[in-house]
Amino acid sequence: MEWYLPVIWAALIGVAVAMYVILDGFDLGIGALFPFARNEMQRDQMMRSVAPFWDGNETWLVLGGGGLLVAFPTAYAIIMPAMYLPVIVMLLALVFRGVAFEFRLVSESKSWWNFAFTFGSVLAAFSQGVILGGLIQGIKVENGQFAGGHFDWATPFTYLCGAALVAGYALLGATWLIMKTEGEVAVRARSQAKILLLVVLLFMAAVSLYTPLAFERIAQRWFSLPNFYYLWPVPLLTALLAYALWRWLEQRRDVLPFVTTIGLFFLGYIGLVISSFPYLVPPSLTIWDTAAVPASQIFMLIGTVFLLPIILGYVIFIYWLFRGKVKEGESYH
Amino acid sequence: MDLDPVLLARIQFAFTVTFHIIFPSFTIGLSAYIATLGVMWLRTDDERYHRLMRFWTKIFAVSFAMGVVSGIVLSYQFGTNWSRFSVVAGNVVGPLIGYEVLTAFFLEATFLGILLFGFNRVPPWLYVLSAAIVATGTAMSAFWILSANSWMQTPTGHEVRDGIAYPVDWLTIVFNPSFPYRLAHMLNAAYLTTGFVVIAVGARYLLAGKHIEDAKVMLQMGIGLMAILAPLQLFVGDQHGLNTLKYQPIKVAAMEGHWDGSKPADFHIFAWPDEKAERNWFEISIPHGSSLILTHSWDGLVPGLKSVPPDQRPPLLNVFFGFRIMLAVGFYMIAAALFGVFLWWRDRLFDTDWYLRILSMTWWTGFVGVIAGWVVTESGRQPWLVHDILRTADAISPVPATSLLGTLALFVVCYGIVFSMGIYYINRLINKGPEGRALEEPEGLPSRPLTGAEGAARDAIGQRG
Repeated sequence: MEWYLPVIWAALIGVAVAMYVILDGFDLGIGALFPFARNEMQRDQMMRSVAPFWDGNETWLVLGGGGLLVAFPTAYAIIMPAMYLPVIVMLLALVFRGVAFEFRLVSESKSWWNFAFTFGSVLAAFSQGVILGGLIQGIKVENGQFAGGHFDWATPFTYLCGAALVAGYALLGATWLIMKTEGEVAVRARSQAKILLLVVLLFMAAVSLYTPLAFERIAQRWFSLPNFYYLWPVPLLTALLAYALWRWLEQRRDVLPFVTTIGLFFLGYIGLVISSFPYLVPPSLTIWDTAAVPASQIFMLIGTVFLLPIILGYVIFIYWLFRGKVKEGESYH
Repeated sequence: MDLDPVLLARIQFAFTVTFHIIFPSFTIGLSAYIATLGVMWLRTDDERYHRLMRFWTKIFAVSFAMGVVSGIVLSYQFGTNWSRFSVVAGNVVGPLIGYEVLTAFFLEATFLGILLFGFNRVPPWLYVLSAAIVATGTAMSAFWILSANSWMQTPTGHEVRDGIAYPVDWLTIVFNPSFPYRLAHMLNAAYLTTGFVVIAVGARYLLAGKHIEDAKVMLQMGIGLMAILAPLQLFVGDQHGLNTLKYQPIKVAAMEGHWDGSKPADFHIFAWPDEKAERNWFEISIPHGSSLILTHSWDGLVPGLKSVPPDQRPPLLNVFFGFRIMLAVGFYMIAAALFGVFLWWRDRLFDTDWYLRILSMTWWTGFVGVIAGWVVTESGRQPWLVHDILRTADAISPVPATSLLGTLALFVVCYGIVFSMGIYYINRLINKGPEGRALEEPEGLPSRPLTGAEGAARDAIGQRG
């Protein structure tokens, strides 16, 4: 009778993951673009543009993981051991790039922490892509437990997803810099965004072609009738947005490229959800198979209904507070 | 020898959680201190409070970053290392952690942005309010995580069907029997930890003859608060102990090193418990001491370890010595704080060099006390992960021992680099000291030889840590 509870929770976790991908996406992307900065002053400027936000951005990852534990403990208990190594690598990568924000300020040799920031950001993004790809390709489950090998996740497809996510985050980072910085950093970000857009489209096409070819269930989902009639706008909209993004980059718009990139991410995300729903652990366990008992889901839902709007409120407040562009050489603390 | 995955998973978790606990126990107290300084600054408009607030905020930022990143690791390790735990206890523990994220993590992380970067963008009251919100967030975080931990120690409000715990009454789950004691004990420990760091830094500056005015404020605020909180901790800890005696008697038996429950218990100041021979060696004891403390009567009976089979007993040495280390630290804190008050009353607080030197060298006491306390309570729960519901050995993920060993090595290397650098940087910030308008350093204090000052400073904070 509470069939809808898992759906609500799947939607909430979906929102948390989407928030994470977009918000931490741009600050991880800045890590990927870090080596291309000309000097320390420009790197300061790039970091300054995300410094007040990154901590909160990363919290959405905890909400995504925590939400999975709350609402779908069985799925959590299967996915985490199955993705053991990429998860641990992602966490350690986040450790390095996270402390780099503060350590860079107080250390004498910034270059070491510049490297830690870039390396950690790229590795974290790559691991997240691998985890995502590992979920899409499916996890072997027997008796409600993970029953596969410990390198099942390591396939060319997951590495492709990893690289795709790095490129995607870098595009988010570049368009963020266009919006939030001035001077040479913004100029360079604009040309980087164009290249990255092409790379991202290439990856999107590769993933979109590969998944239905390799996974029967995904082909079924997209190319069976009447699904096909409903679903064709997804790729079409993606193409339109990509074209618009290119034009707006050419027209030297500041805000629109970032918004459009979020739109591109959103469409890619919708595509993934369409491919897998209602499976949380493809190809065997649905959201209903892995859900926590209703008492737990309801208890948490009550709090979430009240707290999530408040959280969104003060998150918006802080973005508003630190609105405007970061100038070259603007001091850090 | 074959690698034991349970042991490796435990070592890995113990390693990451021990590193993690260092930072919250510091930042919970420090954020409260920063907020207090902020309020005093607003009320008095005294530049010293503002300067100190900005100074400690920098140190807070570095510590908090390390606390956040090591905490994210923990939140995922429940799944990677202890997936059976997620299945068996997920219905109960999951929402508690979920509430921690919703009520605490976002709050801290978001308003920290204002505290670090918003000084020129928001009015002072909002700046100070942000500090207070961050402090509230850290305390709320402690509330939920200790609720979850306490439920694992003294589970109530649930029912077990087919080996899986289902929630029945959330209020009883959250406010389970050991929770109030554990929360009070931990929060107080966090404030003590920070207090002794603040005092040590103040003492260090006084000895070095720099930042004198700021150092005096730190020393007085610190000593004043510690003189209340350190004795209070003895009382709270005692209450917590009685609670543990009621719900986890074998843990208390291990803390006391008490084998035979049919005899009155001595308090062993020192002893070497031998798990094989089921007795203690080298005992130095206060006769009937434990009976007196725990039952308030001369011949009161305290449960003994022999009342349960060996496989139901916690690892004895950890619990026994952890408890004694914690006690030693606690008594040191009480003595140091009360003596400080005595010196203050005699107007000698700022120029009793030997006392300042001791203070400046014992910044680490709170950290050691907190870690020792956690060893007592967590080791003491073994062999259970969730008391009487789930054994630690049954909670493990289906992950091969080699993966666990490999990632353990990764954790040791990465944490080793990151955290030793972090402590080094914190020490650098402390060396630099509060900045601001050039200080009107009073002439009255004798300037000390530079070499001596540097030595004391090096000893004081961090370089060995």
